[in-house]
Amino acid sequence: MMQLENIRQEFPALAESVYGKPLVYLDNAATSERPRSVIRKWTEMTEKYNANLHRAVHRTAAVATEEYEAARDAVRAYLNAEFREEILFTSGTTASINLVASSFGEAFVHAGDEIIVCESEHHSDIVPWQLLCGRKGATLKVLPVDDSGHLRLELLPDLLTPRTRLMCVAQISNVLGLINPVKEIVTICHSAGCAVLVDGAQGIVHQRVDVRDLGCDFYAFSGHKVYAAPGTGVLYGRRELLEQMPPYMGGGEMIGTVRWSGSTWAPLPQKFEAGTQNIAGTPTLRPALEMAETLRDPAIEAEQERIKTFMLNALQGDARIRLYGVPAAPEEKIPLFSFSVEHSHHEDLALILDKMGIAVRSGQMCAEPLMDRFGVTGMVRVSFAPYNTLREAEYLIESLDRAIKMLQG
Amino acid sequence: MKSLKEVQAEVVDDFSMYDEWLDKYEYLIDLGRRLEAFPEDLKTEDRLIKGCQSRVWLDATVEDGRLYFRADSDAIITKGIISLLIGVYSGRTAREIADDDFSFVDQLGLRENLSPTRANGLASMIATIRQMAQNHV
Repeated sequence: MMQLENIRQEFPALAESVYGKPLVYLDNAATSERPRSVIRKWTEMTEKYNANLHRAVHRTAAVATEEYEAARDAVRAYLNAEFREEILFTSGTTASINLVASSFGEAFVHAGDEIIVCESEHHSDIVPWQLLCGRKGATLKVLPVDDSGHLRLELLPDLLTPRTRLMCVAQISNVLGLINPVKEIVTICHSAGCAVLVDGAQGIVHQRVDVRDLGCDFYAFSGHKVYAAPGTGVLYGRRELLEQMPPYMGGGEMIGTVRWSGSTWAPLPQKFEAGTQNIAGTPTLRPALEMAETLRDPAIEAEQERIKTFMLNALQGDARIRLYGVPAAPEEKIPLFSFSVEHSHHEDLALILDKMGIAVRSGQMCAEPLMDRFGVTGMVRVSFAPYNTLREAEYLIESLDRAIKMLQG
Repeated sequence: MKSLKEVQAEVVDDFSMYDEWLDKYEYLIDLGRRLEAFPEDLKTEDRLIKGCQSRVWLDATVEDGRLYFRADSDAIITKGIISLLIGVYSGRTAREIADDDFSFVDQLGLRENLSPTRANGLASMIATIRQMAQNHV
């Protein structure tokens, strides 16, 4: 059993103060804090092993390349992917999804075809598909959510047609915090001959991910939300599909041969990794995922459950507050809570909480269609990481009450 | 009538009485609450200040070469900030406003105490007030 205090000491940013108050960092869904092991690797790569990858024969380049490829092995193992070449490094979830929109789109999406996204998707899992549909003359369809924020799965079979090429779904919504039934969605879509992309930006932090068990065709996530360096990201893609997809970007390292008469491509995964990669950042995925594994400790998970129960009771028990993403059972939700307060603007609340030392998010959370769905201009979001404490949740709720009283006079 | 600089100095003085930022917010919230009601039919797209996270409407009328501002926002702290600004500039000539350097805003400490998105909003409010004045010089 692990002591939460010991774990917190591994994340130096958690000891920071703001405005003379201890920082209570509850914006983890936007980006997580980073542990010392990640900071060490990041620094080490810059101080000692700075060389470009895969190209040179010298020793420093060899170490840099080993570290980079070791990260690929670590990600493969973490996701339980079958082959290491199914793991592509990108700059983040957004880049991963855009890669699929471009390359899968080029190979498989044609005029008159369809793509489905969920109403609760992040803009990063909406706009690339709008762009693709615009280029190809394809149609974008939307799977709606109900008033509690749950996907209306019963509508999915009717949305699917023989022309549906891809279904895009977040494993966990960044606004609602609800865990979507991805495995079920994959089964339904595959039986209709439709591929599935999973946006795992939030899922990778809070779920044990097994891409073979999920059965998805693509799984995208960002390093920076799961303790790794910013500007790192992953796209898992089934090898069979990746092999049929054209390159995303042309450039160095992604080629077989380059001739004026035409070029050929490098094998996977280099085919999709053109140009100089994130030399210092990507190797941090290895210690970051080790930390994610460490945090799956019974003591820490128990604290997370206490936070969730406390927060659900506090928010749902307050008549002034409207919670979005209401779980039927607590296990359907991660400790991420978006809400609005009657007669109080989300921005005012976030600003006052900030001065109390609490970092929260306010606004549209990159999910404007979902804001429209619930008839609001924005929400306040508090998102906990495994290193947050029940005491912090209690302080948040006390502070929120104080902020509401300030605003409502 | 006090000069623009005198009024600004008074506002800076009032605001600096509060040591704690939460108290400054209380003050802004109070200013926002006391702001004269803004006619609903003036809440048009062209009166919206661009670059703010919350919605801010600003309207100016001109009488005898002086500008009179009215404003509203759906966020109360923002409403307090715009109230503070138009309290300073309402009733001033277009020339006075256009020539002002708005440096009293820096003395309030608002810029560094607002998040960048909000600070951008503040910059947009100032730019809009200045532009409205320049249009009438």
